Amino acid sequence: MQTAGDNLLSATRIDKVFPGAKALDKVDFHLRRGEVHALLGENGAGKSTLVKCLTGAYRRDGGTILLDGVEVDPRDTFNAQKLGIGTVYQEVNLLPNLTVAENLFLGRQPRRFGFVDVGTMNRQARELLENYELDLDVTRALDSYSVAIQQVVAIARAVDLSGKVLILDEPTASLDAHEVEMLFRIVRRLKARGLGIVFITHFLEQVYEISDRITVLRNGQLVGTRDTATLERRDLISMMIGRELAAEIHSARKEPDVTGPVRYRFKDYGRKGHISPFDLDVRAGEVVGIAGLLGSGRTETAEILFGAHRADSGTAELDGKAVQLSSPRRAIAQRFGFCPEDRKTAGIVGDLSVRENIVLALQARRGWTRPISRTEQNRLADHYIRALDIRTADREKPIRLLSGGNQQKAILARWLATEPEFLILDEPTRGIDVGAHAEIVRLIEGLREKGMSLMVISSEIEELVAYSTRIVVLRDRQHVASLEGERITADQIIEAIASSNERGAA
Amino acid sequence: MTAILRSYSLRLLPQLIALAAILLMVSFVFPGFFRLEIQNGRLYGSLIDIFNRGAPVVLLAIGMTVVIATRGIDLSVGAVMAICGAVAASSITSGHSLAMTLLITLGTGILCGLWNGVLVAILDIQPIIATLVLMVAGRGIAQLVTEGAILTFNDPGLIFLGSGSFAWLPLPVIIWLVFGILVALIVRKTALGMLIEAIGVNRQASTLSGVLTPVLLIAAYMLSGLCAAIAGIIAAADIKGADANNAGLWLELDAILAVVIGGTSLLGGRFSIAASVLGAIIIQSINTGILLSGFPPEFNLIIKAAIIVFILVLQSPPARNAFTFLALLRASRKPTERQAR
Repeated sequence: MQTAGDNLLSATRIDKVFPGAKALDKVDFHLRRGEVHALLGENGAGKSTLVKCLTGAYRRDGGTILLDGVEVDPRDTFNAQKLGIGTVYQEVNLLPNLTVAENLFLGRQPRRFGFVDVGTMNRQARELLENYELDLDVTRALDSYSVAIQQVVAIARAVDLSGKVLILDEPTASLDAHEVEMLFRIVRRLKARGLGIVFITHFLEQVYEISDRITVLRNGQLVGTRDTATLERRDLISMMIGRELAAEIHSARKEPDVTGPVRYRFKDYGRKGHISPFDLDVRAGEVVGIAGLLGSGRTETAEILFGAHRADSGTAELDGKAVQLSSPRRAIAQRFGFCPEDRKTAGIVGDLSVRENIVLALQARRGWTRPISRTEQNRLADHYIRALDIRTADREKPIRLLSGGNQQKAILARWLATEPEFLILDEPTRGIDVGAHAEIVRLIEGLREKGMSLMVISSEIEELVAYSTRIVVLRDRQHVASLEGERITADQIIEAIASSNERGAA
Repeated sequence: MTAILRSYSLRLLPQLIALAAILLMVSFVFPGFFRLEIQNGRLYGSLIDIFNRGAPVVLLAIGMTVVIATRGIDLSVGAVMAICGAVAASSITSGHSLAMTLLITLGTGILCGLWNGVLVAILDIQPIIATLVLMVAGRGIAQLVTEGAILTFNDPGLIFLGSGSFAWLPLPVIIWLVFGILVALIVRKTALGMLIEAIGVNRQASTLSGVLTPVLLIAAYMLSGLCAAIAGIIAAADIKGADANNAGLWLELDAILAVVIGGTSLLGGRFSIAASVLGAIIIQSINTGILLSGFPPEFNLIIKAAIIVFILVLQSPPARNAFTFLALLRASRKPTERQAR
């Protein structure tokens, strides 16, 4: 038992009950001054619920919260901010159309004669950001800067407002390696200033890089708190998922089976301003992995193949016959499927049920005059809920209430229901928990073995190496390399991304 | 099947309660309210009057529901009513047959919807702006058709549509009943309803799933135009003439209100045509009720507003939360007390 003096924030025996489910069951969480404390667990483990109880977004049903040894009861996020607990979310919750300075001082702008004193505000904003190694034009709109910068602005605002506890909820999910590095420098600096930082993420490398201690939740219960330095990665993963899945995720690369004939042949395919013309052949029973940094043209490649954006050069052939892929509908008619990167805005139809989300693409292809009967819809939904282990109370639950991993599985089910022959997956494992991650990797391998053609885009190179039969490397919106067989290793991919000269174009 | 029926009646419960409460209130101030009698082979009574007078708003609400479900809105329906009334009157007075007149008029309404739909779906203009264009221009077009005057007609067939009766019911009631059931059946027995809801919730995800988004969007506005055309014919037939200035004036707002009272979110998605029809009937009940109760007319609009605010407050999320909270409190009083100790 720790005394309150050690801890900046001390939450003991926190309970939270939702109708039909106990989201948190007597969870203890202690945060010290000047530490980065990683909060880990599968989706649905209760991380977000715990954070929301700490920030007052939810009212807890039991337990006490001590801040600086004093019992506090945050009523809402505003109240929590005043107490000293600030939160920054994955989706930056600032106003993109206002200036950087306005965002920093929104609701507390320096005033003169009752009017906003823009000059003072901008000066103070610049001073504030100097602490974060940022030299921005604070009078520019926030959305003229990258997500990483916006993230830092959000942190600056939260720290300036709150100043004791900073909760970072998946701040790195949409950042590339350099940006993560920049963010971590700032986190270290804040840590040195004595802030307690709660860090939620799915990237275990980052946990080991930045955190001092780790608390793992599972199914709403505390599994344990450990020092990062002495916790083996394998042990951490098994704490998180309660199964020995560690080996499975980082499995050694399997030798590719014999792949089938070339089915899809794209020649000189491209679109100005999106992706330079490229040649690409895809065989049956093949997983083409797409590697490259953020902004290298990975998503653009997927979108143009699926017809989400029309190609303005080149030709597409299926089994030797020219095909038109100028719209998603046309691509779907050729049995293409596409799981987009941004699940929330382009994937799920939030208010509709899991069942409706699963049958949507199949129904759209059949046309509105040929409805899928309710019995058949139920059968399809139940089948995929079981087959992909989609965790939902029932098939009529609105999909937005599911966790990220389960939403992703439902979107996969939407496409599997159309029996696709070419499935394009854009970051299928981003922002989902380790368990679902392993299941999706296994699913990709299973589909390939059945003879489906797949294209998978992923930022996780190890993952690409594990399941790809071929890897296309992108840089600056060009396909710059194609790796096969022996050459598919993490080192080779990194070298191809990093090297500046052309090497054997795809 | 019973489960589906139960969930359906549960969906309509707030609207049914509101309607019952209003009808009950009116019957206090106007005792003969529920009395029905048959004269000349037709039912007469205040209730029938509500159903009859409410026909235009009910029809507009049917189309408006589908448009709002796509996360759109159609401000032009009142003006389209005026256009269609004018077209019907000028067509029948210039010697076209009734069938031809109806065809031309309904076609005009659908064309107006097509215009709105193209602006919204193809040119990607915000629905409120896109339909504002026709809302403003529409009355001008109607005035051009009627050449500035009230265009009267005396074709018995056309007049029959507004004031005739069939099976003891006024014809407008029959028209909206049949049309409403038809649209509801088409929407729910095909996949149209689900696809429309999907577009309303997330247009991008729907397009990427292969839903023919632009076509369905245009179709929704065309349906709304068709509804406005029927409403326009009934309104014109009722007064035996086309009044370009006043036909359907402000009715787009009543139609939107009917949809909102019916519980369909202005943010699109889940919709119920039956609930919107009930919403329109509620509005008409308030109108008729105030008229019958003999309040000075200057109070009418304020009383109407007060009643509507009351209904909307009852439906608002805070009120719903309060109800749920009270229900939970009652259910969980004992365990909470135990926990407190």
